[in-house]
Amino acid sequence: MFEITDQPLLLEPLVTIVKRSSSGAVATFLGVVREQTRGRQVRYLEYEAYPEMAIPKMREIADEIRRKWEVDEIAIVHRIGRLQIGEASVAIAVSAPHRREALAACAYAIDRLKEIVPIWKKEVWTDGEEWVGPSA
Amino acid sequence: MNVRVRCFAAVREIVGVGELVVELPEGSTLGQLIRELQSQFPKLQALTGSLLFSVNREYASADTRLAAGDEVAFIPPVSGGTDV
Repeated sequence: MFEITDQPLLLEPLVTIVKRSSSGAVATFLGVVREQTRGRQVRYLEYEAYPEMAIPKMREIADEIRRKWEVDEIAIVHRIGRLQIGEASVAIAVSAPHRREALAACAYAIDRLKEIVPIWKKEVWTDGEEWVGPSA
Repeated sequence: MNVRVRCFAAVREIVGVGELVVELPEGSTLGQLIRELQSQFPKLQALTGSLLFSVNREYASADTRLAAGDEVAFIPPVSGGTDV
């Protein structure tokens, strides 16, 4: 399941979606908006996506994962729009027969998402704003 | 020929719209389109070193030849998720 949404993200439904009878583990990742970034006070973040390309790129990450590890299911959901401090921007769940594969695949998914999925965030601080890249 | 250009994040703010249609000579490359837009929007030049480009939703290099109706996107450095 791959999705871009303007609605709040919840992990529990994703866990249910990816769980199979063959699964011995479900690893999850939730990215949340931090209050401080590089010493600046964040007011909120604004996420923007190129959905027609982002969804196929998420699918591509899942294909890469399946070539590397034995996993059951993969779900990636990214939120767009304005997010307040503490809100979740991205949720990932990976189920697998064994925990090592689930954990490794989940870590890989978030790293690759930042590299190839066209989604951007603007940091709006108390004293300015900027579109930032993944190294920031 | 006309190509569609989709603009996101910092690029969208410079260009002022999320999408535009650009007329190019037949057989133009992505690089020629980039130079055309840089001359229309000089502020893009400051970003160009860090930009990626896609043609029909796949990452593409400047020597890619464009065809009428292609969808090109100017892609600032991607920033999915949160730095945790």
